[in-house]
Amino acid sequence: MSAVVGIVIVSHSPDVARGAADMVRQMVGDEVPCAFTGGDPAGGLGTDPQKIIGAIDAAWTSAGVAVLVDLGGAEMNAEMAIEMLDPERAPLVRICNAPVVEGAVVAATEASGGATLEQVCATAEELSP
Amino acid sequence: MSQAMHDALIDEATATIAANAEELTALDQAIGDGDHGINLKRGFEAIAAEKTKLADAATGDALMQAGMKLVSTVGGASGPLYGSLLMGIGKALKGGAGLEASVMEGVALVKKRGKSDVGAKTMLDVLVPVAATLEATGGQPVPARVAALRTTADEAREATKPMLATRGRASFLGERSVGHYDPGATSTRLLVHAACDVWERTT
Repeated sequence: MSAVVGIVIVSHSPDVARGAADMVRQMVGDEVPCAFTGGDPAGGLGTDPQKIIGAIDAAWTSAGVAVLVDLGGAEMNAEMAIEMLDPERAPLVRICNAPVVEGAVVAATEASGGATLEQVCATAEELSP
Repeated sequence: MSQAMHDALIDEATATIAANAEELTALDQAIGDGDHGINLKRGFEAIAAEKTKLADAATGDALMQAGMKLVSTVGGASGPLYGSLLMGIGKALKGGAGLEASVMEGVALVKKRGKSDVGAKTMLDVLVPVAATLEATGGQPVPARVAALRTTADEAREATKPMLATRGRASFLGERSVGHYDPGATSTRLLVHAACDVWERTT
């Protein structure tokens, strides 16, 4: 079986990120690699590009990685993280413009069926008005 | 730029942000998520901790490293935004561009990173006019330039108060964002003043 798309959940809150990842695992199972990160470098609410890179590494598959983010700074830090990846890997990582919890579950469900990165993101983005 | 000027810029920026962290946080509590002061303070303290290394580097390299430091320590949106500003200026200086053109490059990178421009009640409402004043006063003596830059920054920050926020967390408040100073525009004004003070003193 070919690789399935991995999912990364980025929230300002580590608890939200962990909770969303728990929902993915329970609803979709373990066949989709799912990593999460949240919190700023000092442990408060926020996001950290280095930790986002770590989560992308953890969820990495050759099919790529879909990244779900919550608010403004999380999106910008995820963009910075993607720009800091190797140039061969960066095009295989996409930020999905979708609500973080529902988006993660829908993206993971789509990924588990073997969808491409584009299909995974497009399906999650249907959740956004 | 001399080592002493690097040193002075780091000291002045760090001290200004530390002295105003509470005010920035209070402004951000009104229309944002209340972390602007504390986040920037942490970022600039991380830069200050590497002052010796940054003072010895060429100005372009030092700015790129300082920008990276902000990105990796701030945690909020101001990290990638101020980080992009410093990295953009540093990269252009390193490539041989002059100060004015380099600042323009940095501002362009903030626009790109924030997917925004003037009029949305953000730091760009101070940055863009300040960069324009810097360019327009090219060739004038330093005291005249810093005076013009301070006035531009003050007026531009003042102008954010009646604005309706259309970008950033404050945009969630819609009409309720009107009547508050933008925290990002306020910290940018403070940093412009800090840079002007150092420029004036060391010239």
